[in-house]
Amino acid sequence: MNKLYGRLFLMPGLLTLLAIIIFPLFFTIALTFSNWSVANAGFNWVGGRNWTDIVSNERFWDAMMRLIPLSFLTVAIQYVLGFSIALIAWRGIAARRFFRVLWLVPMMTTPVVMSVVWKSIFNESVGPVNDVLMKLGMDPVPWLSSTTPAMFAIIMAEVWQWTPFMFLLLLAGLLSLPKEPFLAASIDGAGPLRTFFKVTLPMMAPVSIGAIIIRLIEASKIFDTVYAMTNGGPGSSTETPTYYIYLTGLRNFDLANGATMSITYLLVFIALLTVIGQVLSRLSKPKGI
Amino acid sequence: MIIKRVLVTAFVSLWSIFVLMPLLWALVTSFKSPAAVENGATYIPFLEFQPELTGWSNIFGGGGATTNLIPPLMNSIVVTLCAALISLALGTITSYGLSRYLYKAGFIKNQDIIFFFISQRIMPPIVLSFPFFLMLKALGLLDTRSGLVLVSIAGLMPIVVWLMVDFFNGIPKELDEMAMLEGYSPFEVFGRVILPLAAPGLTVAGMFAVIFGWNDFFYPLILTFGQVVTLPVAIVSLNATITPYWTLSAAAIFAILPLIAFAFAIERFLSKGSLSGAVR
Repeated sequence: MNKLYGRLFLMPGLLTLLAIIIFPLFFTIALTFSNWSVANAGFNWVGGRNWTDIVSNERFWDAMMRLIPLSFLTVAIQYVLGFSIALIAWRGIAARRFFRVLWLVPMMTTPVVMSVVWKSIFNESVGPVNDVLMKLGMDPVPWLSSTTPAMFAIIMAEVWQWTPFMFLLLLAGLLSLPKEPFLAASIDGAGPLRTFFKVTLPMMAPVSIGAIIIRLIEASKIFDTVYAMTNGGPGSSTETPTYYIYLTGLRNFDLANGATMSITYLLVFIALLTVIGQVLSRLSKPKGI
Repeated sequence: MIIKRVLVTAFVSLWSIFVLMPLLWALVTSFKSPAAVENGATYIPFLEFQPELTGWSNIFGGGGATTNLIPPLMNSIVVTLCAALISLALGTITSYGLSRYLYKAGFIKNQDIIFFFISQRIMPPIVLSFPFFLMLKALGLLDTRSGLVLVSIAGLMPIVVWLMVDFFNGIPKELDEMAMLEGYSPFEVFGRVILPLAAPGLTVAGMFAVIFGWNDFFYPLILTFGQVVTLPVAIVSLNATITPYWTLSAAAIFAILPLIAFAFAIERFLSKGSLSGAVR
């Protein structure tokens, strides 16, 4: 009886998700062993050929490596900034409620729409960034048509967009901390820096790890910003895995190679996340208080 | 102490300016004439340029422009609300089951089922995009609202389950047991006792589903073409040839305004720390 009701509660959602996810996933895996493309629509078994091709596909591995600045570095910046403003919004300032809402606004804006706005901000001739640089007597920078500045522009847009999410998670964590340890620290005469490193930071470790992992997951899917700001350019120098796979599979309809890359990307990504999760939780283990 | 005050104030001001800057830039640009945009960056209306409504009239089909953002707006609203509501309904019922009943199928237990749901956020959309494209094409759902809703559910339901399981775990089980003793059936317990108590959690979960649904770009980009273009796709396609930044800025402000209004309306639910449990 109990079991029946339990299943009735669980099944609608679970079955819907399984139906939407599982078949497509196996379909993608099957695609990696075919040569499905515009010329050859349909399943033709070609064995592991796509898998040997991918090893030497430099453009794909370059795109993967680009996740180091575009996703790992941006998440690190978001964490530091998000933690700082969360600490301030937690106790530091008057009108906390006002600032909490203000700082959450970017999270509510549509990333791809804001990327278009960022593109206009970094526009080389009519954008305000170059205008300010020139007024300060510096040379204008070709923001979106040379590699390093383009990366910088994308990172800037990503930090603007997603620091608020980090801020929200960390603020929620800070608000749920118990008060006693802080009291004890102040009775012992610990200064603010000491309190932060010995009390706040260790107690925030679980929330921090959770927030960093969530953001890493989302940040590694980076597509919207690149699509709207640089189209992967100049050349293919700001391409991310999702963008390159999108070009291969859905623009050029080379589904077989696109699928192989997407499964590789998924596997590498899961492996990396597991390692990072382990490392972070080792690092944050308290070492004898 | 004074140094600290100065530092904090400086940081708060800098960060707030950084947060507001792109939004203000878009707002100001949306009132510029084409000539005012092309002559280089200007910032202060009336002083540096005469504000006009070219951009704003362009996005509603004015000035001979072919753009009209009202149909995309309707598409976005319908798709987002349907996908969010279905995800919220299915996800909440499932979460209640996962919080109250014990499941066991071989080595699979509650924790594993919950992980399965949450892990769907890890799945990059690109991995599923090819089969989605071919499947919707086969079903005749490509470029329809229903097709887009179906696909969006896969992304939104995990968020709901992630938040709601934790929320239900925070509501004491004794309440269920007491209601059962009163003679309620399990469905009545869920619908009449627990669901009303879960209203704050439902608000937060619903809010996240709406935000992620509204802001999604990837699936609408690849699964719709002309019939049911959503707002983000319509705006990015303005970007295509010579960029009319005045129109684009008006469109951008128009697209993000609904959610910002929504954010201010539900602000008090956010500051309650309703998320703290979910992160752990």
